[in-house]
Amino acid sequence: MRLALAFWFAPLLALGQGPLQPGPQPALTSADLQEGERLYLAQCGPCHGPRGEGGRGPALALPQLRRAPSDVSLYRLIRRGIRGTEMPGSGLGEHQIWQVAGFVRSLGHVEQEPIRGVPGQGKRLYTMKGNCVQCHTIDGWGGGVGPDLTEIGARRSASYLRQALVEPEAAVPNNFLQVRVAAKDSRRVSGTRLNEDSFSIQLRDLSGKVHSFWKSDLEELHKDWGKSSMPSYRAILTPSELDDLVAYLASLQGGP
Amino acid sequence: MRQILCALLFVISLAGQVPYERILQAGREPESWLTYSGTYRSHRYSTLDQITRENVSRLQPAWMYQIRARHKFETSPLVVDGIMYITEPPSDVTALDLRTGRPVWSYRRSLPEGVITCCGQVNRGVAFLDDQIFVGTVDAYLVALDAKTGRVRWETKVSDYKSAHSVTVAPLAVKDKIIVGIAGGEYGIRGFLDAYDAKTGKLAWRFWTVPGPGEPGNETWSGDSWKRGAAPTWTTGSYDPELNLIYWGTGNPGPDFIGEVRLGDNLYSECLIALDADTGELKWYFQFLPHDIHDYDATQVPVLLNADFEGKPRKLVLFANRNAFYYILDRVTGEYLLGKEFAHQTWAKGLDENGRPIENLETTPSVEGALVYPDDDGAANWYSPSYSPQTNLFYQNVRDKGAIYYRGEAIYEPGKLYFGASRRRVPGEDPKGFLRALHPLTGELAWEFPLHSPPWAGLLSTAGGLVFSGTMEGDFFAADAKTGKLLWRFQTGGACYANPISYVSEGKQYIAIASGSALITFALDPKTK
Repeated sequence: MRLALAFWFAPLLALGQGPLQPGPQPALTSADLQEGERLYLAQCGPCHGPRGEGGRGPALALPQLRRAPSDVSLYRLIRRGIRGTEMPGSGLGEHQIWQVAGFVRSLGHVEQEPIRGVPGQGKRLYTMKGNCVQCHTIDGWGGGVGPDLTEIGARRSASYLRQALVEPEAAVPNNFLQVRVAAKDSRRVSGTRLNEDSFSIQLRDLSGKVHSFWKSDLEELHKDWGKSSMPSYRAILTPSELDDLVAYLASLQGGP
Repeated sequence: MRQILCALLFVISLAGQVPYERILQAGREPESWLTYSGTYRSHRYSTLDQITRENVSRLQPAWMYQIRARHKFETSPLVVDGIMYITEPPSDVTALDLRTGRPVWSYRRSLPEGVITCCGQVNRGVAFLDDQIFVGTVDAYLVALDAKTGRVRWETKVSDYKSAHSVTVAPLAVKDKIIVGIAGGEYGIRGFLDAYDAKTGKLAWRFWTVPGPGEPGNETWSGDSWKRGAAPTWTTGSYDPELNLIYWGTGNPGPDFIGEVRLGDNLYSECLIALDADTGELKWYFQFLPHDIHDYDATQVPVLLNADFEGKPRKLVLFANRNAFYYILDRVTGEYLLGKEFAHQTWAKGLDENGRPIENLETTPSVEGALVYPDDDGAANWYSPSYSPQTNLFYQNVRDKGAIYYRGEAIYEPGKLYFGASRRRVPGEDPKGFLRALHPLTGELAWEFPLHSPPWAGLLSTAGGLVFSGTMEGDFFAADAKTGKLLWRFQTGGACYANPISYVSEGKQYIAIASGSALITFALDPKTK
């Protein structure tokens, strides 16, 4: 078996066992739901939380899932993943996917953390005092150093967003590796890696400028795995301002 | 006299352009590339030496040929008498004028709906014998084409595509037969290696890589699991004309990741098999990995080498296995001589004195997830190694990447995946690759060249003291075969999933490689010195 492509950033590879279009939905027993829970905890829980309360991924313990209003659409979503997001397709078998879907449906309603802040205040903080706009984009506007936040409220829980603001390095997304290079001509550049191969590297510095180097022209190349160029906002914003900013980010659900 | 001459010409035209004897002597005409790995010994080494360590910096593209298909372009071209023969995915053949890169004929296969392949509808090349070109197809046929026109002479059904049999391997022409392997190891097929009469397309022999009831080896499969035992044969093997033996690697047992349903050693999965070229009779086998549960197909190219091993002249076969061990076997008897890790692995604690692995059971796929190195793409794969008699080094592109395996289900249904696990990347891992040069008789590392990501390209070494390789980021490059120093590179703009070759056109040496959607051929720039 050779896999088609090395999907670097997909955490789970779809080996395609369950069909894209499932057969009739089976009636699940309590043993099925138990198996669904075991599979969920191993493969879904790390992002969506052990009780579906959300985290790096959105909360699933909701009466209605935005992207999966029906059981069949939940099956399809688990099987295929969501393109352009960190949600990968699953390699589980058809019955296993139904078991996981059944467990997700049984999560019921977990009380969400109340959002205390005022989104309108948060929006001002985003552009002014926080200067988030320098590095992040919303609806296509802003800087390209950090991740796009257009629908971050639909992808991350509020508590995860708050954690990311006060402790950015606990939540570095894939694809935003910080690198520092020292060129033989004494240039020193640090920034986000845009691309790399065996012979060259391209990065974007905090001002947004793109730099390209041949590796043979470098004296040093440091990859700061797990590091973030984002400062902690613990010291920059007051607790109530943090609440406001989180409320604003949580309100960003994408779409018009 | 005239009659004799006419008769002689008639005989020559019957034998055609590439008689078996010409392939036997392929090493003596380096201007051509007559068979998949260059010669039957599969060194993928060219004795051409116009392009050297000193002048390779002047290498530049001569022409490109773009394909339209979006599948991976894995062809290894043949070059014969001014024409380059390539396959294009899924199962097409194109003959290109060697001077200009312009097509002179093409064969475009009309495929049925519902062709099933695990890893893309790909093809790795053609075979040439007498006046015919042979191509395997993803709908599991072997097709013979007139080498002059590309018109179909015959086609033979190898197996049923509806049960996920497919042919992606470049066939091997031996004597009057065409040897063809089968793919479908993820779908519970029963594997085999076939030989077809080159003139008629009639099946000459079939060797089942999973023995049936009453045949030796069938007892290594519990119950009726042999029926779905897989052991596919999807990478081109080698041939020793003196011993008249064909050497071919076999793939994973099915289902790939669940062993309980097929208790036993599961012969002849993950073996090197040595078959009589005339009859298909099994002369010997060596099983690298009995009862595999990590999908480490032993479908690599066996490299034949005659050398003194521990003071005794021997006929050897070298095998850099997907399971991360480098093996040396006696190719007369199949005796195990050496096994040594050439890449990072955690699935085995080592090999015993007979070469049988001592497995690390902690790497068995589980509900909670089990970490294993390498992942199921392996430390090596189908892409070719190279051996240079000039440096006496064995070159291998190495993948260094693990994965976490979650146990899944495997319920057999014809044409459905019969696999049994899903995988997840290792959090925080930065997968990488290496071009490694090994001492062929010890497996010791001579040098390595680091690669940004695990490669899918094969290797070519040349008498110009060079090794050529490609990367997933589209770089095609040449390194010093002695030291591994980078000497030249070219960004092709597409990931490289193919083996390079070398040939001569109008007195000049060329290097050719498929990369992205382009077949690119390179020559020295005459303008610079």
